[in-house]
Formats: sequence, structure tokens, C-alpha cells
Amino acid sequence: MDSLVIAGRHFNSRLMVGTGKFSSHSAMQSAMGASGCEIVTVALRRVDINNPGDNMLQHIDRERYLLLPNTSGARDAEEAVRLARLARAAGCEPWIKLEVTPDPYYLLPDPIETLKAAIILIKEGFNVLPYMPADPVLARRLEEAGTVTLMPLGAPIGTNRGLRTRDLIAIIIEQANIPVVVDAGLGAPSHAAEAMEMGADAVLVNTALADTANPTLMGEAFKKGVEAGRLAYLAGLGPQRVKAQASSPLTGFLREE
Amino acid sequence: MSFYTLLQQYPASDLKKRLYEISPEDIDRALSQQKLSVADFICLLSPKINNDQLETLAGIAHRITSQRFGRTIQLYAPLYLSNECHNGCKYCGFSADNHDLRRKTLNDDEILREGDHLHRQGFRHILLLTGEAPEAAGVDYLEHAVKLLSAKFSSLSIEVFPMSRDDYQRLEHVGIDGLALYQETYDQRLYPELHPFGPKSDFRYRLEAPERAGEAGLRRIGIGALLGLGDYLTDAFYTGLHARYLMHRFWRTQVSISFPRLRPAEGGFAPRSIVTDRQLTQLICALRLFLPDAGLILSTRESAELRDNLLPLGITQMSAGSCTAPGGYEGDEGDGEQFAISDHRSPEEIRVLLAERGYEAVWKDWDGAFLGQPE
Repeated sequence: MDSLVIAGRHFNSRLMVGTGKFSSHSAMQSAMGASGCEIVTVALRRVDINNPGDNMLQHIDRERYLLLPNTSGARDAEEAVRLARLARAAGCEPWIKLEVTPDPYYLLPDPIETLKAAIILIKEGFNVLPYMPADPVLARRLEEAGTVTLMPLGAPIGTNRGLRTRDLIAIIIEQANIPVVVDAGLGAPSHAAEAMEMGADAVLVNTALADTANPTLMGEAFKKGVEAGRLAYLAGLGPQRVKAQASSPLTGFLREE
Repeated sequence: MSFYTLLQQYPASDLKKRLYEISPEDIDRALSQQKLSVADFICLLSPKINNDQLETLAGIAHRITSQRFGRTIQLYAPLYLSNECHNGCKYCGFSADNHDLRRKTLNDDEILREGDHLHRQGFRHILLLTGEAPEAAGVDYLEHAVKLLSAKFSSLSIEVFPMSRDDYQRLEHVGIDGLALYQETYDQRLYPELHPFGPKSDFRYRLEAPERAGEAGLRRIGIGALLGLGDYLTDAFYTGLHARYLMHRFWRTQVSISFPRLRPAEGGFAPRSIVTDRQLTQLICALRLFLPDAGLILSTRESAELRDNLLPLGITQMSAGSCTAPGGYEGDEGDGEQFAISDHRSPEEIRVLLAERGYEAVWKDWDGAFLGQPE
């Protein structure tokens, strides 16, 4: 499959995985392995970033995966920036998944604070991957500010509801010059495939893998869903029509002279 | 509108009547709702629920919790700083009336020693507790204790006396991110009987403390009623209503609920009613459906067996290896305890048990950096 390029770095997988909610570190590790992902995101609030012996970090092979720290739990730009700096000071690469989610319930991203934080972090040399509402104007503004991806939500985090913001994500994909990663709300491999068929460059999943009896099998299922969707996008989906159209024309014989 | 005003709109007598008038069909209807109204919540609390309906309720509660919070349980430990208290709460071991209790407020060395003990066991979230004796352990003392402990812990919360908005703000500035404050009972007639003297006898000042904490910007607020003091059903209802009120009003604050339950003749106090395991299970599940996003907390007050069984039904946080006497973790005899705990397993044993049950113990789920603590 063609590779995904973010900030000049090539990735073979178009599936990113979140590390929250798993029943054990080994379940997480196994799901990650089966999914074929190369980028995993970890909430900074969950890890002791200054401690290499931290239980969760130990389970993430840094040779195999790009560890993408995220700022989940940050309520405003200032807090997110502080967390990002903390991660870099502790030796993480300057990649940050920016999450500013002031309400602890729906965990929806704050567009104003997200843009504000992105501007500061980009100036400081971070590669910023912002979790964002599926708002095409905000997408333009973030891209203009210099983020390396756009990560619009398909549905609120953890809801497994699929591409509820489909029409807006289609506009974002159409307009973007940087990779669009559908993040949050994808609950089934078919949702992931749908996002990829639309032309999303990648997807990120977490709850769908963590909240199942068999995270490993689900990891593999998402891998295939993402690959199938990407291949279909590359092949070009046929147009949808209201009426049936035979694959071999029924009236072709009339034209055979 | 303060919660006090909202509380007046649900008189206990009406509520009790409604709870007992619920039909099986009402409960079925409430069980089929995607989003619960207050009326649905009342249906699910009703003592009329049958075993099949309770099983359905538990199944939904499990599903919601697993999807929303994942297969993780966050662990924390209480650190009792002081047992000095001017209040006369009838049910509490720290009551000023209890002349047999050895009174103690930890000094700096003792605070650090207790902190080190909990840190060694793996805890990164701790809850600081005191009685209500401002001259011994007031806001200045707490502020100092937080400064002593903040380097070791990623989250420090308080379960102390209610205070003013300014005082909450002061503590927030030094690194307190959460508040636990239990109303004990929402029954305004019973409250003065149980709290005959001391500053705690002011029902409304206590009731509105979580609002002052929300105004001060505290990130986490935990509430609860001491089940068994009054009518447990109405208290459970008001707790849910209170939590929902706080969530709506302080949309940036995570609200959680605890379920402390009085046991027979605890500390010589005879509870008005004994809440059974079945009743406790029902109300935890009903609260989970009413408030899918609330943190639900179970303490070591409950037995190991019950805690294990309640795990999948909605619980998101647990204390472990707790001692309720100041200085009790390190060396001290622990004879100054507030209440006896039932679950004596060590934090490590709890971690192993969680793993066996398919849950990951989460020791750290917060960072002082959010509040601008050491960068």
C-alpha cells in the first residue's frame, strides 16, 4: 500500500492506535501488534514521563512505534502547551497530539484553545497533530498555522457511532493539503473503511479495540478495514446511481453493426 | 440557582410516595430509555424492581461503564492528617464527644513519612483528610501539607471541612485538584439531629460547598450521602440530582459519587436503616444509567467480596490498603481511626485481583503540570 507521509516521515500503516481503556498492558500490546499500527498515542496524564520504568511506557517498543504523546485532560491552551513541553523535556520526539477538551463528559475539542495552543507549539518547533471538531474553516486555520495533520472527529470519543460528521469531513478532505486523520467515534472496521474510502489519509481508534472481548482480533479487523478502504479509494469507487445499470450493456447488440 | 433551591422542589414525602407507586411497566420503560429523565431515575431506584429487571439494569450499567471508562479502575489512598474536630456528628469516630479517641495532627516529618509509605506502594493519587479544627489543621496547614507532598504525587484531593470560595481557590493554586465532600444526609429535618453542634451543623453551608469549589475552578468534585443515616432511597435520589446539577453548572469539572454505607452499630451508632447489598447494587447501577459520565467510587469500607462483585457494574475508582487513623500507615498504632475498614487487602493484592477480573489498575491519571505545578 502507498505510504502515509506526515511531516516528511513515512509510515506503512494508516491506522493509529490509542492506549487508554485496555484491560491490561499485554492486551494493549497485542492489539497494537495485530493492528500493524506504527503510531501510538499515550495520554501524558497517564504516564510518569520522566520515569523510563513507567509501566505503560515499558510496554511500547519505541523502535517499532512512534510514541505520540497527547495532552488529553488539558482544559485550555496554556495547560496543553505545558504538557507538551514536559514531554519534550523528558526526551520525547517533538511530536504532539494536541487535545484540548474542557468538558470532561463529551470530551469535545475546544476550537479556540486548540488553535491558540497549535500556534504556540508550532513556533516552538513541535509537529502538531490536532484533535479537532469536524469544522472545515477551523481546518483551514490550523493548516495555515502549520499543523502537520488535521484530526477531525467522526463522533464524540468512545461512542462507537461511526462517521456522524461525514459531510463535513468530506469538505475537510477536499480542501486539505496535509493528511486528514479521522479520530474518535469509529466503532467498527466498516467505519474505518468508510473514512478511508472517502479519502481520509488515516484513522485513529482506541475504544473499539479496548472495549471488546478480543482486542487482538479487533486490531487485525481494523487493519484490514483500513487497508480495504484505502485500496478502494485508490482504485476509485464507482458513482452511486438510483437505478440499476448492467455491467454488460443490455442493448449493446443493437449497436453491433 | 443554588442546589438548595432545586432541592426544595423535590419534597421527600412526595418522593417516597412516588418510589413506592412505581409499576413494573414503569421500570421496563425507564430501562429502555437512551437518556434518563429524573422520572426515569426514580423508576430505577424503586424498591419495586424485580430480579430480572435488576439483572437487565446491571447489564446496561456494565456496558455503559466499560464503553465510557474502559476496563480500568483508578486507585487512590486516603492520607489522614488530623483527627481533631469540633463537630459532634453522632456517627463519626472523630466526634468531639468521643473523649476516648487519642487526638493527633501530623507534623511535617509524619506527613512525609506517611506520604513516602503510600508512594512506595505505588499510589500517585491521594486524598488528604482532616476533621474540622481550624486552629490545628486549617487552610494554612493544608496548604503547607500540599507543598510537602506535591513533588511525590500527581494528584492531591481533599476531604476536609467546607470552606469559602477564596480558600478553595487558594488550595487550587498550590496544587489541590479535587474535592470530596459528603452531605451525609439531604434530609433537612434529620440533619440537625445528627449534627447537634459544631460548624458542621450548618446544613446549607455544607450543601453549597461543592458549588463554591466549582466556582473556584476545582477540577474534580466528589459528593455522596452516608447511606443508612436517613432514608437511603431519597438520599440516593438527591445525590444523583446534586451530581447532575453540578455537572450542568460546572461543565469543566468532573463529578463523582461515593457510596459510603453505614454498617450495624458502627462506633456505637445504630443506623436508621441497613442498606442491603442488593439495594446498594441497584442504586449504583441506577446512578450509572442516570449519569453515564460520572465517576463512581467505592471505598475499603465495603467487604472484599462485595467490592469484587460490584467492580464491573459501574465503579471507576477504588481506594486500597486504607488506614483511617492519622499516622496509621507508618508505625502508629492506628487507634485514632474514623471508622473500621472491611477490605484489608494490600494495594498489590488489589492490583492482582483487578487483573484477574480483566481490569487494569490505574495509579496515575493526572499530572500536576495541568495546574502549573513543577514544569
